[in-house]
Amino acid sequence: MNNPDAPVNREWPLWEVFIRGQHGLNHRHVGSLHAPNAEMAMLNARDVYTRRKEGVSIWVVPTDQITASSPSEKGPLYEPADSKAYRHPTFFDIPDEVGAM
Amino acid sequence: MSDLFEFLCRMGDNTLVLGHRLGEWCGVAPALEEDIALANTALDLIGQTQLWLALAAEAEGKGRSADDLAMLRDVMDFRNVLLVERPNDDFGHTMMRQFLFDSWHVEMLEKMRASSNAEVAAIAAKAVKEVQYHVMRSSETVIALGDGTQESHDRMQAALDAFWPYVGEMFHDDTVDEAMAQQGVFPLPSAQRAKFDGRVAEVLSVATLKQPDSDFAHMGGKNGFRHTEHLGHLLTQMQWMQRAYPGMNW
Repeated sequence: MNNPDAPVNREWPLWEVFIRGQHGLNHRHVGSLHAPNAEMAMLNARDVYTRRKEGVSIWVVPTDQITASSPSEKGPLYEPADSKAYRHPTFFDIPDEVGAM
Repeated sequence: MSDLFEFLCRMGDNTLVLGHRLGEWCGVAPALEEDIALANTALDLIGQTQLWLALAAEAEGKGRSADDLAMLRDVMDFRNVLLVERPNDDFGHTMMRQFLFDSWHVEMLEKMRASSNAEVAAIAAKAVKEVQYHVMRSSETVIALGDGTQESHDRMQAALDAFWPYVGEMFHDDTVDEAMAQQGVFPLPSAQRAKFDGRVAEVLSVATLKQPDSDFAHMGGKNGFRHTEHLGHLLTQMQWMQRAYPGMNW
């Protein structure tokens, strides 16, 4: 039930900002901001995060659209991989001619 | 005073005065994001001012610098249109004033890229990219607030009604404009009115705002005949340091 006396949330929704630094690189998460809609989020991202030529492309994503893993699940999610060093391909002899991999 | 000097002062004083007005929001805008965006816009305009007034000082040839023109002239020597010296009032007024100025500014700069004066063309080519962004942002904001809540709509309509009488001056040709147009330096303002009207009508219609019927226009800013009282107050803030400590540098 909506409580008519509940305080109204007057903050704009939160958006996560991803910027591609240069062609060929991935978009990287750079931070978040508030904006009333996607168009304004894009303009705000331009003003807040790219005024020193940081990017060639911007993504904005509503924060509540992101599903995040929970710290309390880190046992089942990550620990099983701790004991399986053989999953890292570090047991191959790499010929010198290949160079850095 | 030459027509070219007069024209360059108009360009530089518009951006100087509006840049200062936007700077007044620094730290007190309604949201952090808007605060940063207004400061960015202000800095773009002050940057353009340096270019216009430096060129004006050169055209004048009396050994004055851009700083001298900005900080040591008094009200009657300023050549900005009245619109830009109007007070910020609320955020809605600030964004409506911005939208009306940007809509004029972008049309003029786009044309001035083909100016017969190479330096004017170069400044316009640099400035137009900044101003194309300014008008994108101010249009979005006018739409969002105009077509927002009842209160934001009413405030934007009030702002539009308040500033509409200051639109006409931007498109009123005088002898300086005619001389500049004849030399191919600056497009005739009145000839850009139709494009301005088209742009503004489109945004206002999406914003559910009603353009006032009247064509009445306050005049006297760009020819320096009669500025409003607000410019004097603005200059006391903007120029106080140079006046209290003449020649001060840092």
